[in-house]
Amino acid sequence: MVVDLDRCTACQACVVACQVENNVAPAGAAEWRQGRAVSWLRLVAFQNGEHGTRPELRLMPVSCMHCQRPPCIKVCPVKATQIDREGLVAQVYARCIGCRYCTTACPYTVRHFNWKRPEWPRPMEQALSPDVSVRPRGVVEKCSFCHHRLQRARDQARLEGRRLREGDYVPACVETCPAEAMAFGDLEDPGSSVSRLAQGPRVFRLLEELGTEPKVIYLSKGESGGRA
Amino acid sequence: MEGPEPTRDHRDDTLLQPIAKSGRPFWMLVGTLLAIGLWGAYAWSTQLRRGLSMTGLNVPVYWGLYITNFVFFIGISHAGTLISAILRLSHAEWRRPITRAAEVITVLVLFFGMGNVVLDLGRPDRVLNVLKHGNFTSPLLWDVASITTYLTASTIYLYLPLIPDIAILRDRLGKRHRFYRALSLGWAGTPRQQRILNGAIAAMAVIVIPIAVSVHTVVSWVFAMTVQPMWHSTIFGPYFVVGAIFSGIAAIIIAMAVIRRAYHLENYLKPIHFNNLGILLLVMTLLWFYFTFAEFLTTYYGAEPAHMAVFRSKTEGQFSPLFWFMFVTCFVVPFSFLANKRTRGTVWGTVTASISIEIGMWLERFLIVVPSLSHPRLPRTAASYTPSWVEWSMFAAFISMFLLLYAVFTKLFPIISIWEVREGREHGIREVTERVESYLPAAAEATHG
Repeated sequence: MVVDLDRCTACQACVVACQVENNVAPAGAAEWRQGRAVSWLRLVAFQNGEHGTRPELRLMPVSCMHCQRPPCIKVCPVKATQIDREGLVAQVYARCIGCRYCTTACPYTVRHFNWKRPEWPRPMEQALSPDVSVRPRGVVEKCSFCHHRLQRARDQARLEGRRLREGDYVPACVETCPAEAMAFGDLEDPGSSVSRLAQGPRVFRLLEELGTEPKVIYLSKGESGGRA
Repeated sequence: MEGPEPTRDHRDDTLLQPIAKSGRPFWMLVGTLLAIGLWGAYAWSTQLRRGLSMTGLNVPVYWGLYITNFVFFIGISHAGTLISAILRLSHAEWRRPITRAAEVITVLVLFFGMGNVVLDLGRPDRVLNVLKHGNFTSPLLWDVASITTYLTASTIYLYLPLIPDIAILRDRLGKRHRFYRALSLGWAGTPRQQRILNGAIAAMAVIVIPIAVSVHTVVSWVFAMTVQPMWHSTIFGPYFVVGAIFSGIAAIIIAMAVIRRAYHLENYLKPIHFNNLGILLLVMTLLWFYFTFAEFLTTYYGAEPAHMAVFRSKTEGQFSPLFWFMFVTCFVVPFSFLANKRTRGTVWGTVTASISIEIGMWLERFLIVVPSLSHPRLPRTAASYTPSWVEWSMFAAFISMFLLLYAVFTKLFPIISIWEVREGREHGIREVTERVESYLPAAAEATHG
C-alpha cells in the first residue's frame, strides 16, 4: 500500500470506512478517555520543525504495516499471528490467548486488544458486515488489509479462470480516499502501479531503521516529511 | 553414630513444637489471610465476568501490575533454591538452619509468579494453547519451559533433604502417621541411605544453579527481545538475575526473622546468620547499583530520542518520584544499614534493609514494565496507567495466599532442618577442622621446607 501524504487531506474518511467495513465497534467517550478505543487505522500527528520557529503538524494515516519481518509474529506464544502467502500479517482470533505480547512488541502500536465485548448502538448492529467476524472479548485484532475482500476477489478470479490481477481488490480505506492519496497493489510485481509509486525521492517507510520492512509506503516531499 | 539415636535425641525438640500444636495466633493468621484470599477470589471473578476492562490497562500500556508481579514473584523465587545450593556446595556451615526456610519460598512463590501470567491473559480459558500450538520463537514459551523445569527441580531439591526429618516426624509425632510414613519413603537412616541422599542432594544442588540462572534470564528476555525503548538491551539478562538474587536474599532474611520470632528459634537463627546473609546482601546491593548505573549511563550517552523519552520519564518526568524512591530503597537504605557493622550484626538492621529492598525491587520491576510501554516510538495520545482495585486486590491476595501456604508448611514440616543441624553438631565441627588443616602445610613439611 502506498500513501501519498502530499495528497492526503487528513479528512479521516479512511478511518471511518475501515471501522464500518471491519466491524470495529465505535468507542464511546469513556473508552477514549481510558485509551481503549480500537482503531485499525488512525491518524498519527507528527510535529516537524523546532518549537517556535516553524512548527508544522502533519497527520499520517497509520495502520498495520504488514511488515515483511514482523516483530509480532515471532513473539506470539501460540502462533496466533502469522504471515500468509500474500505477505499479509494475519491474526487468528480463535487461537489468540490475549497475552498482548504482540501488542507490546509492535513498534508501531497498531495492534488492538478487546478490553470488553464489542457493542454497537441499536440500529448499527444490523448493519454489520457479514464477511467479517466479530471478535470476542479478550483477543487481539488489527488491520487485515481487508482480507475478506481478497478472498472474494480470489474466488472471482478462479471462477473466471484467471490469475488475480491489479485492481481486483483494494481495502476499504483505499477505495474510500476522496483525495486518491492511497494506492494498493502487488509490490512484488514490478509493473504494478504501487511498485512504480514506491520508487523516487519522496518514498519513506515508518521506523525503517528497525528493519521490519513495512509494506505500507509513504510519499512525502523533502524536508516536511523526512523524519516522520 | 556418635550422638544419641536420632529418634531419642531430644535436643532439637523446639523444632517440632510448631508441628505438634498450634495456638490461637496461628488460627487468627490463617483466618486473616483466608479473608484476603477470598476477597481476591471475588476480584478475580469480577475480572472473569467483565474481562480485562476491570484493570487500569490501556493502549499503549498493555502490561501493568500483573506482569510487574510476575517478574517480582519469580525474582523472589531466586531466594531459596539458588542461595541454598550455593551455600551447600561451598560447604558454608552456617547454612544449616537457613536452607529449608529458603527452599520453601522458591517452590511456593513460583506458583504465584505463573499465576500472574494467567491473570493477565485476555482468554485464560485458552491457556493450554501454549502447549497445543506452542511457538518456540516466543520468549514466553521459553519462560514456560524454564519455569516448569525450575519448579520441578526445586520441588525435588526441597523434598530430598526433607526425607530424614519426615522420618523423625513419623516416629515421634503420633499424628498424621500415614501421611508421614508415605512421604518418608521408608527412611531408616542407614549409612547407605545417608550416602545416597547426600549424593542426590549434591547432584540436585549442581543441577539447580544453571536452571535458576536461566529462569530469570529468560524472564528478562521477554522484554529484551522486543525492540522497545529501554527494553532492548543486552544487560537485561544478568541485570534481572542480580535483581532476583537481591530481592531473594532479602525475602529469606524477612522469612527467617518472622519464624525466629513466631516459633522462638533464637537459638537456631542467631544474629550471626543474619550478619552473614547481610554481607551477601551488601554485595548484591553494590552489584545492583553497578548494573543500574551501567544501564542508565549507556542509555544517556547514546541519547537515542526514543530511549531518552523513557529515560527522562524515569529520572525527571512522571515516574521520577517512584524512580528516586526506588533508588533510595534499593541502594541508600540497604547500603547504609548493611555497610555498618553495628546494624548489620543485628536482626532488625538486616530486616529493615530487606524490607526496603523488597519495596525497591517491586518498584524497579514496575519501572521496567510501565514507562517503556507509556512511551512508544510513534507519538500517540498517551493514557497514563493507574492500577485498578482488581489488580491491587489480586496482588494482596497472592501475597496472602503465599504467606498462608508458607505458614501451613511450617505446621506440617520442620522449617529448620533437624537432621542437618544435628549433622553439623556431630560431623561439621570435625570436618571443618580437618578441612582447615588440609589447607595448611603439613607439620613435617613446614619444619623442613
